[in-house]
Amino acid sequence: MFSVLMEPDKSVSSSIRSTPYPVLRSENLRRWFLQQEADLFRYRFSQQLSGSVRKFLDLNDLHYTSILPNEKVELKTQLINSTFGMKELFDTQDFYKVPFTDALDLVRGRKIFLRHGLAYIPHNDLVSIVLNDFRTSLSRALAVTARGLPVIQEDERLQPLLKHLSYAYIGQDYSVQKNVGNISLDQLDSLATRSFPLCMRSLHYALRDQHHLRHGGRLQYGLFLKGLGLSLEQALTFWRTEFARGSIDPEKFEKGYAYNIRHAYGKEGKRTDYTPYSCMKIIQTNTPGPGDHHGCPFRHTDADLLRQRLQSHRLSSSEINQVMEYVKGMHYQLACQKYFEFTHKVEDGAFGLSHPNQYFEESQKLLSGGQHAKRENSGEVQKPVVAPVTMPQSSHPAQSSESQSTQLSASQVEEQELLEECFANGVVLRFVKGTVELG
Amino acid sequence: MKQQLQHYRKKTMADADFCSAQLQDLLPLYYKRFFPFGRFFKWLNYGGVKKNYFQRREFSFTLKDDIYVRYQSFQSANEMEKEVHKAIPYKMDIGAVFSHRPNQRHCVKPSAFQAQEKELVFDIDMTDYDDVRTCCKLADICANCWPLMTFAIRVIDRALREDFGFKHRLWVYSGRRGVHCWVCDETARELSQAARSSIAEYLSVIKGGEGSIKKVNLSDPVHPSIQESLKLMKNDFEDYALVKQDFLGNEKKREKVLALMPDDLRTDMRSDFSSLTNSVNCWDRLKSCTQAKRAPDKWRHVHEEVMLQFCYPRLDVNVSKGVNHLLKSPFCVHPKTGRVCVPIDLNKVEDFDPFNVPTISQLCWELDHLPEVVDAQAVQVTEEGQKRRRKDYKKTSLAAAIRVFDSFLEDLEASWRGRLLRESDLKNEF
Repeated sequence: MFSVLMEPDKSVSSSIRSTPYPVLRSENLRRWFLQQEADLFRYRFSQQLSGSVRKFLDLNDLHYTSILPNEKVELKTQLINSTFGMKELFDTQDFYKVPFTDALDLVRGRKIFLRHGLAYIPHNDLVSIVLNDFRTSLSRALAVTARGLPVIQEDERLQPLLKHLSYAYIGQDYSVQKNVGNISLDQLDSLATRSFPLCMRSLHYALRDQHHLRHGGRLQYGLFLKGLGLSLEQALTFWRTEFARGSIDPEKFEKGYAYNIRHAYGKEGKRTDYTPYSCMKIIQTNTPGPGDHHGCPFRHTDADLLRQRLQSHRLSSSEINQVMEYVKGMHYQLACQKYFEFTHKVEDGAFGLSHPNQYFEESQKLLSGGQHAKRENSGEVQKPVVAPVTMPQSSHPAQSSESQSTQLSASQVEEQELLEECFANGVVLRFVKGTVELG
Repeated sequence: MKQQLQHYRKKTMADADFCSAQLQDLLPLYYKRFFPFGRFFKWLNYGGVKKNYFQRREFSFTLKDDIYVRYQSFQSANEMEKEVHKAIPYKMDIGAVFSHRPNQRHCVKPSAFQAQEKELVFDIDMTDYDDVRTCCKLADICANCWPLMTFAIRVIDRALREDFGFKHRLWVYSGRRGVHCWVCDETARELSQAARSSIAEYLSVIKGGEGSIKKVNLSDPVHPSIQESLKLMKNDFEDYALVKQDFLGNEKKREKVLALMPDDLRTDMRSDFSSLTNSVNCWDRLKSCTQAKRAPDKWRHVHEEVMLQFCYPRLDVNVSKGVNHLLKSPFCVHPKTGRVCVPIDLNKVEDFDPFNVPTISQLCWELDHLPEVVDAQAVQVTEEGQKRRRKDYKKTSLAAAIRVFDSFLEDLEASWRGRLLRESDLKNEF
């Protein structure tokens, strides 16, 4: 087992002993816990000096060899050109040869030199490598421990808390369809212009224009429409008709595309009812490639092009500048919210934008004369409520109806933040005699 | 004139005495006399090093009328041949090796039936280059854009070979508009989904959807892998971009390239280009500007970024990522073009011509009309006569493709022969 450096007496098994029982039992929560421990480990490891690192490697049987001087000289140019900050540090830095499968994050980002299946890792980057091993060990240990535990009644008070922890996006996930059939297909064009967020508007008009969308776009837009309340039959008609205007006749559509739409509605295969993507998901995953129209325009569109778009939507120069400031600062959801405010002529959009379907609902509410939701903490600028880690949504049908909770109350948000703080500092919940203690 | 030539080429791509209606009649003959079942088994069995490896492999068939059946599996080459003759699939895909035989998956708990191993695969599709080629789009290809596939093969193959150390790589023509790569090393087959996705990301340089005009942003210094790729593309880039694509040949095309430059360089180049007559001069001007001693840092890599955006391989990460992703099998016949999905000889990538790939109708014609290959052992009859008939493919255009496959198999065989020897040595030790 691993010996964790800063606390030589704290081994992996003691980590597990103090893990709350409910976390162990749930696979989702185990994954979340793993991520927390991994972040903590990375932080602690990066604080260590090279002497203790070497001791650590030896103690834990990680046989990563440092490269010989002549190889280092031979590869000097390549090593400097592939590794960040190596120009200055090259002479003093040791390099280790590591199988590339142990350094996937660095390989993925092309951040190191790779030859014959071996990654050349500078000493400073060793943490990523070691982290992978730590993670695997911990994961295995957690799974084994969980299997050995008896079934005990869980404390009710802990349930909602832990359930909140397991979701990256807090709030409605639009998984259960309300208002099914409320929208008719011929309304879509005008709704797209008036109430769709920019991402979905782009997709809608790209589809109208080209009578086709690639897979990523079909998924992102199709699920959004599902969240809007489009029934499966409506969806099939919509896509089939649009594709028929292009080069996909109904027969081809049936064979090639209809299955996937039914799949997205949970009517095929595993019968997972897929949920519409939240902003976080759209921004962070499923990056668009050539020919794609999906993604978040504030994140994935070139600044110049974005400005032009905003101009064509009749934003003034100063409004455009405000939006672009947020974009520059990488606050894409805030940029979108500003866009909402300008296009709907309201000040201080009082909702924290985190979901395209939420944008639509707020827009509709405004346009139909209602007021949109006030924030829970008046007077305070509330950041979008998110947990630190993205996690897979549960596909359990029962759970999806439960998760249709409204925005968290202020006290729940506080609770949530307190818990995150505890975990971030390595403090662990102890489950003692039906009460929860912080230790 | 060029347009006419291109149109002719496209036309020949599309028919070449083949039309889809013939498939029903020709496929049975193809599967009987051409499809190399024995070699196929040899490949996918990998020397029997792992138990029941071939038997646990998933295949899928696409039958006539687009009926798709998954989870096909076979006990042996013979059984596969029999089943294929029965079903006459229009297309066959190869999937993963599972924990249990796919056609018996109902006998195990669903959670126990898992995809375990599969070759690392890549799919390069010409459609992904539509924003940078002007001669064709969608499913069409021609001699002016095919070099993109040549670049893709060279660049990716080098990285797989030199950076990742993979030794057994099979490149196959997809039958219409692209190429596939099958990496068959044992280590490759054992890769996790995370590893596959990391490799695909490592190989990706083109980033961005329709919202990004500039899809390549090079760091400084440039990563050695990209430098090697640039080296490989350099020699043929000018012939491809300046001659075949003529990508700076008119104002519209020039604007596309100008859009990739920083503002100040763009203004300069736009005015320079207007006084230049052709692509060659424009490209030379761009290069001399960006490489001049006094050029600002952010100009330095512009011409390389342009090269990469126009030519660097574009692969579909999703195809490579999944351990259970099904991919079309080599030696299938493409239902729309009739072309056989033939292996590509890595020693002669530049010479590969998709318009010269044999079609199923051509092969069947050759079988009947070409003289027999004089074979000293041709005198044998009955059972041997069967074997002799199987060798008929040798006189046809498919022979060359089979030879490429054979040489790939030879190298593969050497690897598991070594394994089997070592394992038997280990057993003898006790």
